[in-house]
Amino acid sequence: MDALLLEYLPILIFLGIAIVMATLMLAASFVLGPSRPDSEKLSAYECGFEAFDDARSKFDVRFYLVAILFIIFDLEVAFLFPWAISLGDIGVFGFWSMVVFLGILTVGFIYEWKKGALEWE
Amino acid sequence: MGEGAFLEGYVIPTAIIVAQIVAVMIPILLGVAYLTYAERKVIGAIQLRQGPMTVGPFGLLQPIADALKLLTKETILPAGSNRIVFLMAPMLTFILAIIAWAVIPFDEGWVISDINVGILYLFAISSLGVYGVIMAGWASNSKYPFLGALRSAAQMVSYEVSIGFVMVTVLLCVGSLNLTDIVMAQQTIWFAVPLLPMFVIFFISVLAETNRAPFDLPEGESELVAGFMVEYSSMSFALFFLGEYANMILMSGIATVLFLGGWLPPVDIAPFNWIPGPIWFGLKVAFLLFVFLWVRATFPRYRYDQLMRLGWKVFLPFSLLWVVLTAGVLVAFDWVPA
Amino acid sequence: MVIQALAFYLFAGITVASAVMVVSSRNPVHSVLFLILAFFNSAGLFVLLGAEFLAMILVIVYVGAVAVLFLFVVMMLDVNVAQLRQGFLQYLPIGMLVGIVLLMELALIGGAWVLTPEIEAALGQPIPPVTEVTNTEALGQVIYTHYVYLFQAAGLILLVAMIGAIVLTLRTREGVKRQSISKQNAKQRSEAVTVVKVPTGEGM
Repeated sequence: MDALLLEYLPILIFLGIAIVMATLMLAASFVLGPSRPDSEKLSAYECGFEAFDDARSKFDVRFYLVAILFIIFDLEVAFLFPWAISLGDIGVFGFWSMVVFLGILTVGFIYEWKKGALEWE
Repeated sequence: MGEGAFLEGYVIPTAIIVAQIVAVMIPILLGVAYLTYAERKVIGAIQLRQGPMTVGPFGLLQPIADALKLLTKETILPAGSNRIVFLMAPMLTFILAIIAWAVIPFDEGWVISDINVGILYLFAISSLGVYGVIMAGWASNSKYPFLGALRSAAQMVSYEVSIGFVMVTVLLCVGSLNLTDIVMAQQTIWFAVPLLPMFVIFFISVLAETNRAPFDLPEGESELVAGFMVEYSSMSFALFFLGEYANMILMSGIATVLFLGGWLPPVDIAPFNWIPGPIWFGLKVAFLLFVFLWVRATFPRYRYDQLMRLGWKVFLPFSLLWVVLTAGVLVAFDWVPA
Repeated sequence: MVIQALAFYLFAGITVASAVMVVSSRNPVHSVLFLILAFFNSAGLFVLLGAEFLAMILVIVYVGAVAVLFLFVVMMLDVNVAQLRQGFLQYLPIGMLVGIVLLMELALIGGAWVLTPEIEAALGQPIPPVTEVTNTEALGQVIYTHYVYLFQAAGLILLVAMIGAIVLTLRTREGVKRQSISKQNAKQRSEAVTVVKVPTGEGM
């Protein structure tokens, strides 16, 4: 148990060092670089035009759909990981159990393909 | 507890860990710096140009000059932006690209933390990369970054799935999530040979995941200027830049561990196994990085609908099929690793 | 052990603090970012318990996928926070009720484990010790065989989610040109081009 945790300690330290480094680099540029802001410099870039309106606008619902489909396939992958490494122990039954599971999701995949959810314009 | 025990129990192990981390970080940061130089030189050579030649002999000091230039520029915080998130985004990109190296083995036992779930750790870190992009796009409060971030997020997420399936295929042939075990399982044959299609899918997905050409739509200069990075300048831009290149090296490292036998020599006979493992590892990573640059100089940019079609309609079903096929073959011939 | 305790208080402290910030911060995007921080530290707590696999899956699924969707939704919909705040007190009793029910359930489970140690024998499958098999493998050994019906039920739920998402969100816009590769490849020269001989000076 302790051996397991000891393997994770370097990751925590690494994370700490990385955060400190990134902060130092950003801070260094504030110290070393000039700071002469003016309203033109700070305005949002829009190819030389004045910014028309707020940039955070509504966008195509397809992006949400991609995110939702991604969650589902990500979960599928999450189920595959333990299966992949214990296939030797669970044998043929475990294999077919996963094939049925993937078959169910393939039905969904064919449905979304046929419905055109994967099309972009 | 005496003072000596405290020193031996905590201070020395911590110092060793910190020394190891520094020993990994310095080559990576140098690698990043010279990868930018190599990119300009390689693309220059492919296009019959010389590339950088002015700063230092053969332009070798160019990356340092670039770093100094970026360091002394003004950091612009756009007026309508959300400042904390705006500065956190490049930091996050950089941190994620660096900490993933904690589990990559350079030789047998040459690894900072040899955790049981190494491959899941890498998958988790690479799935977080999308936050740097989304946060940058949203915090900038400007139209090009916003559109670039949206596209980029959808793109990274789409290729994440096939990367997951490819990893599962490799795991089927190994029976462990530990990266050292994955390399050791390739002693007879590198996985790039039996799983060649998966290696190709992995490499192309990695191109999309790291927003490299020909999938560099989020920063497609001709339409989105620089995508989610438009409003960034100085060191905040440099952190994105470092993160992107560190990610390229990282992904090449992962591909080497998964498919090219990590630190193992191509054949285990005399002249090859004299060369130490870390050098083989470095050579393989360098080769994959060269392919990254070669691809950039060769292929035109993809169109967004084509990119999404490739991810969802070609790679996803194909890699899923290969997972089932590999497992089927392993089970049928009783080859499943114990 | 000291480091372990320190790490526990660090992770637990940040988890609780960021959970408080999720409900109290004014900007919904900040809320989601704090939620991600809370997930992260919970993953750290899982690691401290020795549940490496769950820790990584928590990061992959919740931070890497679910929170991306949350962020998409709150970033792009202009949520009017001030308006939402007005109804805040109205939901307080229901929220408290749900919280109390959850707390009691947790106490019940924890109490059962603490008061009757022999309950461990009632488990469907014995848990192998961490030192012998990694917990990913231990999970793999039971999910697909011992709990096969639950596993397939999870597959069906995912199928329903997939179909539901498509039915609710998919709108096909009219008059948009799409690329059809099979059509492109099937196209013959004879359908696309006609060669016409134009006599000089007369035009078409």
